[in-house]
Amino acid sequence: MRGQKQEGLLLDEPLIFERSRAGRRGVDVSAPSATPERYLPAQWVRPEIDGFPEVSEPEVLRHYLRLSQWNYGAATTFYPLGSCTMKYNPVVNEALARLRGFTELHPLTPDEMAQGALELLAELEQWLREITGMSAVTLQPAAGAHGELTGMKMIRAYHRDRGNPRQRVLIPASAHGTNPASAALCGYSTLTLEGNQIGLIEPHAVRKAMNGEVAALMITNPNTLGLFEREILQIAETVHAHGGLVYLDGANLNALLGVAKPAHMGADVMQINLHKTFSTPHGGGGPGAGPVAVNEVLEPYLPVPRLVRTESGWRWSEEFPRSIGRVRTFHGNFGMHVRALAYLLALGAEGLAQVSRLAVLAANYVRVRLSEAYQLAFPGMCMHECVFTDKGFDASAVRTLDIAKRLLDRGFYAPTIYFPLVVPGALMIEPTETESKETLDAFITAMLEIAREARDAPQRLKEAPVHTPVGRVDEARAARRPILRWTPAPSPHLACR
Amino acid sequence: MSIQVHRTRSTRTTVRFFPHNDTEIQAMLDAIGVATLEDLFRDIPPELRERATLDLPPGLSEMDLYTRVESLARKNFASCDRCFVGAGAYAHFIPAVVEHILQRAEFYSAYTPYQPEVSQGTLQATYEFQTLVAMLFDMEVANASMYDGASAAAEAVLMALRLRPARRRVLVARSLHPQYREVIRTYLEGSGPYSLEEVSFSADGATDIQDLTRKLGEDVAAAVLGYPNFFGVVEDLAALVNAVRACGALAITATTEPLALGILRPPGEYGVDIAVGEGQSFGMPLSYGGPGVGLFATRLEFVRTMPGRLVGETIDSAGRRAFVLTLATREQHIRRERATSNICTNHGLMALAFTVHLSLLGKQGLRQLAALNLARAHTVADELERRGWQLVFTRPFFHEFVVAHPDARVRYQSALEQRLLPGVPLGRWYPELEDALLLCVTETASAEATQALLDALAPQSC
Ligand SMILES: Cc1ncc(COP(=O)(O)O)c(C=O)c1O
Repeated sequence: MRGQKQEGLLLDEPLIFERSRAGRRGVDVSAPSATPERYLPAQWVRPEIDGFPEVSEPEVLRHYLRLSQWNYGAATTFYPLGSCTMKYNPVVNEALARLRGFTELHPLTPDEMAQGALELLAELEQWLREITGMSAVTLQPAAGAHGELTGMKMIRAYHRDRGNPRQRVLIPASAHGTNPASAALCGYSTLTLEGNQIGLIEPHAVRKAMNGEVAALMITNPNTLGLFEREILQIAETVHAHGGLVYLDGANLNALLGVAKPAHMGADVMQINLHKTFSTPHGGGGPGAGPVAVNEVLEPYLPVPRLVRTESGWRWSEEFPRSIGRVRTFHGNFGMHVRALAYLLALGAEGLAQVSRLAVLAANYVRVRLSEAYQLAFPGMCMHECVFTDKGFDASAVRTLDIAKRLLDRGFYAPTIYFPLVVPGALMIEPTETESKETLDAFITAMLEIAREARDAPQRLKEAPVHTPVGRVDEARAARRPILRWTPAPSPHLACR
Repeated sequence: MSIQVHRTRSTRTTVRFFPHNDTEIQAMLDAIGVATLEDLFRDIPPELRERATLDLPPGLSEMDLYTRVESLARKNFASCDRCFVGAGAYAHFIPAVVEHILQRAEFYSAYTPYQPEVSQGTLQATYEFQTLVAMLFDMEVANASMYDGASAAAEAVLMALRLRPARRRVLVARSLHPQYREVIRTYLEGSGPYSLEEVSFSADGATDIQDLTRKLGEDVAAAVLGYPNFFGVVEDLAALVNAVRACGALAITATTEPLALGILRPPGEYGVDIAVGEGQSFGMPLSYGGPGVGLFATRLEFVRTMPGRLVGETIDSAGRRAFVLTLATREQHIRRERATSNICTNHGLMALAFTVHLSLLGKQGLRQLAALNLARAHTVADELERRGWQLVFTRPFFHEFVVAHPDARVRYQSALEQRLLPGVPLGRWYPELEDALLLCVTETASAEATQALLDALAPQSC
């Protein structure tokens, strides 16, 4: 297609820069009353930027519309990407986040003139408190990992106030990569806890690792294998007995709504990924929002500003002397907060409880149906997702990657692959509560046929995908000879092209 | 004012997002071999299950939901045409094409492009984004986005500390956006044996090069400057960057208003090592401060210490050009505690907005829009000066400026009462600027509102 003749609907679409023709533009701007040199020293004024696009409005529209057609989204396609909770993103939430009363609201508007926004944020905080059982919430963090950083900073500040920030954080081997990376950003070394033969953390492993230099345990529940950490109460008790705190990675909250509250599990602090559990769209890589919920112990350390209630309404307050400070500008990803609250209001108490029940139902249904052809990483009931491996395909040398690519040919996005790292060749499937039984059945049929193909015609998997806009992409080449941008004329430092 | 949470148990369940009927639910339960939905949760300790009830109101129909949320939106004073505040978030007109593309569910409902064969749309657009950011800053390479300008600045500082491991001091200009300074402080606190010091500004509003030189030394890893700075003032980057780099430290600039780079010489031309910024001005509404998009660009030689995702060009199995996430060995999912950052989800969709808007503006439109903002801000500043306000700083500015008046506070209040946002009072961040306002004029301010602003802040009769 690109650079080659193509037929039908697979359209060749060059880079926007390659569509440029001198003199075109896609916006008309009123002429300024004076030239820049009137206000700025001439040597500071920049000429037009070499290589910048010169494209008309209809061409820009067509360019990005075509690119959109080369994408799969959860709205167009079943997207069983484990750990990512690719549920339906209600369209009305897009309309609500675009109400002028929100989009044209400047973040430094005096509080009295932004009461609608403050009320909305206060209400979202309240819903999140009730769902998690925690006592206070900050909405400032921009994503899950940002929430982890915020939570770990708070843990560090807490220990520092007690005279010793401590050195280490315990993290299960199955944890998401952001957990150890966030702990390290807060100056902690990490100690990996191995799970047992059924995929769970055992209290005695925690007991062995705990001491006065361990600041916290970062634990995901349900864990990234889709399993509920059954000994969580005893584990948390052990951590607390040594003066440590429990950080709960709340990325998997979609399994817990009205099922169990993190506060009751002994969590002191957790992040909530609004872009997972509460349906704000993933946007092809964000923006998300990662509110952090804490109990009374950590409340004084929450980022500022915080919402406080006064007689004349809500206002932002910075008067929290033990706060860790700010983690970003303004008040967080407000547009995502609007969407998340809209989702919560739409579902209400029973709807939320139903979310987790149906998500766990769908995951177990897929687990049971696929078990005949694929090996589960760990047997038994799962929560909102299940993890298989590529064991059993050794004879034909078919790997997880091949299975994933063949699924694309069958019209499905691939599961999360090679994560968690503790499962060799992991295939992590999270169907979510918003996919119909027909869709799940079609996916199951495709997976079962792929398993058969893997034995009978493995070449088809190795060559997949063949029905996608491009064929299998050479990742090794991209890393070996990085070309990270287009350049108007090849310059020496990017000569690798 | 109060939170409207009705403490009743719900009587009806929202069903519109759930696809299953009772028969299908039963069929799935049968396949699993359990009797009820509750049986699915038998691994969870009963003491947790018993206390999990949600004390929350019942769900709403779409119509009721719309009305409810709209009533909150109505309570805000939100108006780009009466907004004279910038300070890190800018009111700019967004062409309809940008919104149209952002509402394509193929884009917004996709995840990070892990499967490149079915994600070429996101990947190519991100590659275009990286190119546009690199061009705008005149840097060699840019990443696929950060959360916002402030977190990008903090990550730049951490990257500089990795590149200069023997050095422990970091300097930040006091004229850098106060919230950027706060975020850098939060990120640095506890992350290592580092110290953060501020460099003062001179009477002209620019970073005091003497104070900078005094504080620079062999133990300084980086210095962070605003370009333009928080006061809208254009720093003399040539001299500042030379001083910083002469002692082996990295020069970092943070740009809250990238539109300024349509007309100002870019950081790369002055030898800046890491240029970061906030991209909200291109294609993103104010939205009470988020989401915007963090911009991050640097030298190619530093690419392996850079935080964030990167898209690269490669080929597919048939030799055709294709795009893919690359150099991931820097990232948390592979490198874990030794990653260059913990960032995973970034601000991809906002990067798309930035890319579409800049593609529309293009070479000429960008420059002309920047020139328009420059001229309009100066017209208002001149008029305020003529009417007795003092322009606090003497150095050239882009579209933000600081003005002072003995009656500033009263006049500010009266402008607010006329439903205008007449700048931000600076006293909360700079006690010495108690009577000063930071004003911003963009293309969205209407002629009527501009006249009203002038009349409220500087009535002709006084
Ligand atoms: C288990 C888990 N923890 C943390 C994260 C990080 O969240 P985010 O991508 O929003 O930073 C993710 C998702 O990517 C996750 O799956």
